[in-house]
Amino acid sequence: MIARGVSRLQTGLAAGIGLLGLLGIVLPVSDSDAVGLINAPLLALFAGLAVASLARFGVPLPVAADGALTALAGIALVSALAAVDRGASGFWCLTAAGWLTAWLFVERLTAVGRGGWIGVAVPVLFGVTLLVLWELLTRGMNVPQVLLPPPSAIGVRFAASIPILWADFQQTFLKAVLIGYALGSGSAFLVAIAIDRSPFLQRGLLPVGNLISALPIIGIAPIMVMWFGFDWPSKAAVVIVMTFFPMLVNTVAGLAEAGRMERDLMRTYAAGYWQTLVKLRLPAAAPFIFNALKINSTLALIGAIVAEFFGTPIVGMGFRISTEVGRMNVDMVWAEIAVAALAGSAFFGAVALIERAVTFWHPSNRQ
Amino acid sequence: MTAGAATGGGKAIPILVVVVAIVGIWYAATIWLNTPWQRDVYQREGRDWTVSDLVADTMAQERPVLPAPHQVAIEIWQTTVEKKVTSKRSLVYHAWITLSATLAGFAMGTVLGVVLAVAIVHNRATDRSVMPWVIASQTIPILAIAPMIIVVLNAVGLSGLLPKALISTYLSFFPVVVGMVKGLRAPEAIQRDLMRTYSATAAQVFWKLRWPHSMPYLFASMKVAVAISLVGAIVGELPTGAVSGLGARLLAGSYYGQTVQIWSALLTAAALAAVLVSLVGVANSYVLRRMGARP
Repeated sequence: MIARGVSRLQTGLAAGIGLLGLLGIVLPVSDSDAVGLINAPLLALFAGLAVASLARFGVPLPVAADGALTALAGIALVSALAAVDRGASGFWCLTAAGWLTAWLFVERLTAVGRGGWIGVAVPVLFGVTLLVLWELLTRGMNVPQVLLPPPSAIGVRFAASIPILWADFQQTFLKAVLIGYALGSGSAFLVAIAIDRSPFLQRGLLPVGNLISALPIIGIAPIMVMWFGFDWPSKAAVVIVMTFFPMLVNTVAGLAEAGRMERDLMRTYAAGYWQTLVKLRLPAAAPFIFNALKINSTLALIGAIVAEFFGTPIVGMGFRISTEVGRMNVDMVWAEIAVAALAGSAFFGAVALIERAVTFWHPSNRQ
Repeated sequence: MTAGAATGGGKAIPILVVVVAIVGIWYAATIWLNTPWQRDVYQREGRDWTVSDLVADTMAQERPVLPAPHQVAIEIWQTTVEKKVTSKRSLVYHAWITLSATLAGFAMGTVLGVVLAVAIVHNRATDRSVMPWVIASQTIPILAIAPMIIVVLNAVGLSGLLPKALISTYLSFFPVVVGMVKGLRAPEAIQRDLMRTYSATAAQVFWKLRWPHSMPYLFASMKVAVAISLVGAIVGELPTGAVSGLGARLLAGSYYGQTVQIWSALLTAAALAAVLVSLVGVANSYVLRRMGARP
């Protein structure tokens, strides 16, 4: 007896949650015999509720109930780690039950609709689930710190070493990445405008530019370090070269985007070359230009960090990553990775926001 | 007057002109960048020199700031044709090490990307929860943390080809996912409705409509994926202590100031990338022709 509109997948998930909850109660939760479900009351509550949720095959449960069960699962499992120490079969059954609960919740949530907050909540839920599973697996299986530290340890290390991380961020991101990105994208834009009037140059440069964008340009990093020294200018130079060709190719393609009709209309207005360029062709090229700016935002960060592997002063994200790996301080490396990920996402997001504001007229932004 | 017209005309001559111009600029830069050091040498030896001496000598330095194109060409010739393939000094040997990791990573990445795309197209929850993370995964500069992944995997006992291939996999699955999701969704509603009037099952719709429809998208993404796989494999070779592979040649060259060696490894990598991308292009046109597409 299941309500209408419930898929086979959801039925399977619901049955799995109940079954795994039952197994979690029966099987031992910890490697040491002294520890049982008694020592982790929240986990016991979750196991009981998971079994009780089988009642949904008689009485339909609201979506919110699954949400509450998911939240309880996360809190119960993580807080139980302190008592359990090293998980046994029962603990892993409950972990799997918690994972299925989150999955079922997401399935039901997406079936409800695609309203504003659901669109945000679903991916956030997925990310939190991944983090919780990561924490449970690394701590529950006693994975050595050197291999993969749990997210909580990374968070502690992050909070403890903010001054170092900030100095590295300044050196790599604020100097090498931003300056290189601006110069590389800017000069490519100017070159694209300059060769706009020569179809001959375009015919020759476009295929060559396309080829060069596919090449492993990162390989010039050692040469740039040799030419411009260890400090940030050599990293900025790598970023300039890496960001140049995607921008050139996209801008040239974008400038060809304005249609024959619109261009003829501009001519009937007696608009000159520059007027046509500024009022018609550049706005029409904007989606292409922003595409290149987005590609470049990730390329720039990669270029700057990798270039630091070939020689740096004693500060910088790439320097920190390579030295801390050597000293087996893997939690510090992961904290640096978190900084890189945050900076990369924020950079990409900022470009995307500007794109939405500038090319508001484009079909992909109007829906 | 722009690219639309440009694609119509002949391309060979303009490309040739651009390439010749690049080589010309390279030669000019060689003379310009190598002159200071060469003048130092003349001064130390206290000998007179003419401009033609200077030009000839700047192109024949042992460790130039920028080697001349023909120096690099000679180095490539010596390390590919004149060395045995099994020798550690042979570029063919190093290129093969890199190529094998690239191809393994590319294959795994393509399979992973296609599988993810199929899951995303067929399940709404996967679409909404996984897709944003697939995009977010690429804002993490994986290339930057590649060395750490290699070192950690080495510590567990995984070494050799697999760790490098995993980096390539991570990089190459992304373009495939994005392209294939677009491709598998490319069939229009009217075509899907037609399949429904035939009472086709989901599997039949997939194999007879969605899959053939997605081929051009798959090949376009594979071109990007294979190029980025190569980059992944090269960066993956950096931290292993410069043992073998094109990345190791780069690192060893930068340690010992062997600029000619760096440039020859770099140009070999570039040639490899060009060959791989054009091979995917050939496969693309072959498959499309077999499927009955008009050129």
